[in-house]
Amino acid sequence: MNSTAAFVEERNPTDWQGDAMQKRIRKRYASERRFKALGLGAIILSASFLAFLLIVMVGNGFRGFTQTELPVEIDFPAMTGGASASQFEGANAVANVRTLGVRDIVNTSVQIQYGEQGTELFSAGSWQTVQSEILDNPDIVTSKATLYLPVESEIDVAYKGDGSASAEEKVAELEGKLSTGFNSNFLFNSDATDPMQVGIWGALKGSLITMFITLLIAFPVGVLSALYLEEYAPKNRFTDLIEVSINNLAAVPSIIFGLLGLAVFLNLFGLPRSAALVGGLTLALMTMPVIVISGRNAVKAVPPSIREAALGIGASQMQVVFHHVLPLALPGILTGTIIGMARALGETAPLLMIGMRAFIATPPGGIVEPATVLPVQIFLWSDEVNRGFVEKTSAAIIVLLLFLLTMNALAIYLRNRFETRW
Amino acid sequence: MTGSILFLLIIVLGGIAWFFGRVKARGFSATNTKRGAVHSLPTYHGWYVALWAIGPALLFLIVWNIASPALITDAALASPAAEQLPSDQFARGAILAEARSIASGQQVRAFNPLSQSMVEPYRTAISYYQMIGMVAALLLVFACGVFAWLRLKPELRARTKIERITMMTLLLASLIATITTVGIFASLIFESARFFSMVSPIDFLFGTEWNPKAVAGPRGETGFGAIPLFWGTVFIGAIIAMIVAIPLGLMSAIYLTQYAAPGFRAWMKPILEVLAGVPTVVYGYFAALTVAPALRDFAVSIGISGASSESALAAGVVMGIMIIPFVSSMADDSIAAVPSAMRDGSLAMGATKSETIKKVLIPAALPGVVGGVLLAVSRAIGETMIVVMAAGLAANMTANPFSSVTTVTTQIVQLLTGDQEFDSPKTLAAFALGLVLFIVTLLLNLIALRVVKKYREAYE
Amino acid sequence: MTELIDNASSSESPIMTETAPPAISAGDGPLKMTTRNVDVFYGEKQAINGVSIDVTMDNVTAFIGPSGCGKSTFLRCLNRMNDTIPIAKVSGEITLEGEDIYAPSMDVVQLRARVGMVFQKPNPFPKSIYDNIAYGPRIHGLASTKDELDNIVETSLQRAGLWGEVSDRLQDSGTALSGGQQQRLCIARAIAVDPEVILMDEPCSALDPIATAKIEELIHELRGKYAIVIVTHNMQQAARVSQRTAFFHLGTLVEYGVTSDIFTNPTQEKTRDYITGRYG
Repeated sequence: MNSTAAFVEERNPTDWQGDAMQKRIRKRYASERRFKALGLGAIILSASFLAFLLIVMVGNGFRGFTQTELPVEIDFPAMTGGASASQFEGANAVANVRTLGVRDIVNTSVQIQYGEQGTELFSAGSWQTVQSEILDNPDIVTSKATLYLPVESEIDVAYKGDGSASAEEKVAELEGKLSTGFNSNFLFNSDATDPMQVGIWGALKGSLITMFITLLIAFPVGVLSALYLEEYAPKNRFTDLIEVSINNLAAVPSIIFGLLGLAVFLNLFGLPRSAALVGGLTLALMTMPVIVISGRNAVKAVPPSIREAALGIGASQMQVVFHHVLPLALPGILTGTIIGMARALGETAPLLMIGMRAFIATPPGGIVEPATVLPVQIFLWSDEVNRGFVEKTSAAIIVLLLFLLTMNALAIYLRNRFETRW
Repeated sequence: MTGSILFLLIIVLGGIAWFFGRVKARGFSATNTKRGAVHSLPTYHGWYVALWAIGPALLFLIVWNIASPALITDAALASPAAEQLPSDQFARGAILAEARSIASGQQVRAFNPLSQSMVEPYRTAISYYQMIGMVAALLLVFACGVFAWLRLKPELRARTKIERITMMTLLLASLIATITTVGIFASLIFESARFFSMVSPIDFLFGTEWNPKAVAGPRGETGFGAIPLFWGTVFIGAIIAMIVAIPLGLMSAIYLTQYAAPGFRAWMKPILEVLAGVPTVVYGYFAALTVAPALRDFAVSIGISGASSESALAAGVVMGIMIIPFVSSMADDSIAAVPSAMRDGSLAMGATKSETIKKVLIPAALPGVVGGVLLAVSRAIGETMIVVMAAGLAANMTANPFSSVTTVTTQIVQLLTGDQEFDSPKTLAAFALGLVLFIVTLLLNLIALRVVKKYREAYE
Repeated sequence: MTELIDNASSSESPIMTETAPPAISAGDGPLKMTTRNVDVFYGEKQAINGVSIDVTMDNVTAFIGPSGCGKSTFLRCLNRMNDTIPIAKVSGEITLEGEDIYAPSMDVVQLRARVGMVFQKPNPFPKSIYDNIAYGPRIHGLASTKDELDNIVETSLQRAGLWGEVSDRLQDSGTALSGGQQQRLCIARAIAVDPEVILMDEPCSALDPIATAKIEELIHELRGKYAIVIVTHNMQQAARVSQRTAFFHLGTLVEYGVTSDIFTNPTQEKTRDYITGRYG
């Protein structure tokens, strides 16, 4: 040792307090702070994208729930020739209203008050508001009444703040008479060509029916597959094949499922186009892998001691699974199911492939009737030229996001409420 | 709707069978008090009888529903009204189809008077065969139910049998995923094969002109060159979107896992996850309504030519935002998988946190991060709505992010919406594009999963 | 303790030879289970090698030996819990009341009802105390009325010495009990299906000394009503609770006999080494 020591250059002790070192350390800390700030910046930027998106949607969409109205005085006794309130009650009410000619009554009243061109101020479907008012409150026909009817779309947009020049002029003329009311059409109507008359109920109902079918198929199939793969499947090539296909399905782009639905459900099986049934089936195939994967994790989390305990007192394998494992895994499975269903609810592309983009003016009555769903409705409205559709599109987005938010909150609640540490 | 009533009736009868089976089995335990003399609980005997009653009948109904349309058509053709039908196969088929849908109530009025004359024969045939099917199904329910009921005895291993059936059901359920995969593959291959019999695969894969509206020219040139589509897809999904998503996602993950206080993390993580939960159609609308016009105005103001209101940049940036949480959670997992001993080792030498992250954690986690990015790319190129709504339809081969490009998914949607007959090369081209998309995403996923798995194994 | 020794010393000494250790029978009482030349393989690896043993009704039989000697594996053969491990292969003959339990005609579910098991770690179901006990009788159809079921639950809990502690909170979750109570709940659960044999796989290894004492006391009380086989790594425990002891080493049965003889006067050198603490 001693002999080699002579060749090793003596190393000076590090001068930690020296200027150079202090400077270096300051630089390192500055770099540390920069890095940290960069990370924080990335998060804040990401979060502000979300905030910006929500603000834009809510800002536009909020106006979709309101409508601009003008008062119209209708002298019912004179115009209907003395109809009585009892005509519009009971079984024949709808038929009697139809024969009344409400449209003409409204047009005449409007022309009396707003001149020959007055009807152009109003939405083409505004007489329907009067018709439903009569059905809701038959006594109205026995007297003069002032009703607030929705105006035409351009004036509506202009009154709300960014319309065309000609519409702005009309708004200026009508200043003082225009008012803002709640747009109940939007919640209870279906698609229409006039933005003042459109509603989301048709699309919402289509979504609900489609989701119901998806759940009906994807949930049992997903849960049973998860149980099979975790509890029974022997380790062999065949099982590997099943596992590989499930994992792959989870990664296949959704539009491919649309192509499958088109080629198999529509062309091969001859199921009806645009129907909720086909949409539900297609989305079920897409959702099932999500349920299987989360289900397997939930089943895996059930400790083996529970299985042994049940086996030890003579429960059969099937009883162990259905009496113990499944109930304990259920909260986890449900969480995964809700997340999968939320994804399916927001899905658009595969449904376009199977023709669910049709113009649907009446809510679907069954699973084989033509239907559309909320996201597709949003897509269709976003393509409309009429500016009145912008706020409707955003309003529909708000409704869709509310549904998704509720579902996700439910999933988080379930996860926290039933999460068990073994 | 008689179908669903029949179905319900069979289920109800199954319930009754269950009840009788149970009652009979209860009798066994009353007379055989010795332990183990009765093999199964009464419930299982009940299920045994019920499944015997329902199963064969439902199977029969399925077979019947497949077989009976042919029988009905034969019967209708045998009627005197059928003699007036044209001999041309195609016209004949159209008339028959119309008559059938009127007879079954899906259509109200016929456009072809000949169809109207066929409605009556169809109606008779349908009700005749429906009646036969119904009676046979109900007879089967009774016959099989009684047969099973008579077979009940104390030593019958009803539970074992029920469990075997349950097991088969489980296996069948898990097969559906495989069947779906095969279905996707088969339908894509089948339709693509038809497409490639009309358009050469070489032209499709290497052609640079995409203009599918054109009819086939004299030398068979068709405008099905997909290279501009592939470029657009890569440009938006793999380049622009990743330029946005990788730094933001990675830095978010680093900050959240290494620096953030627990309270901040508990709030920010779910907020980032919300970004992943927003439906793509909403992003698409956001891109088209807000981002694209803003970018165009910006481009015009700095004097870039060719700026379009539908730009690759708008679609790519919004897609990148959508992918952020995905990249972030993959990076989060990879960083968490690095053994803490490595981190501690670096910190113990006096390295700062950021030095440790940059020099130790990230290099160690790199394979995992790369795998995650590959998964993100595969997701981005398969994304449809954002590009449909914001990227445009012009098949440009340009690297100018402010101009419009089109992608594979956009064109699939474009080709399949509208009214084309199913056999035109235009429609079939969508399946060929779908096949390419399917194979590429599959490969990306397989590679990514392999990389991630290798990486996990290295630290286990 | 004295009673135990008295009891044990009154029986005859083990039948055993130096060269052929697989002792078969150790003493009196009606035979409950017999095993002959039992081998167990886990894949290629042999875990149990030619074990022959008789389990009698009136005695508590303890299996002792160093860890990894195969005593738990062998115990799990007695009610075919090894069936749950796909690679485990059991050969040889194991009978319960003269019936071969590995015969195809034997229903494994009924076998496990007759040969109950208590595990190393208490594993109550995450259900109420009542449902924990009632689960077995329900799946085996042992009670036809609610009263009968209530009765089974009460007697099982009483036999397990838990009734006094839980009678007023039968609807509480079984997992809310203390570790020792949980293990007695598991014993009560096994008792509820009216087994003939109870297998206990190191039932006290996860418990504190006081809880252990209670379980041991319980084993004393249950003796005679059920044939009990207990695996333990604790030699003092074997000496305290059992009348017959089998010593396992590397998958073979080294010695089997009256507990007091094994501990005071073992015939095999390996046994002596183990008991005096030379290895294990």
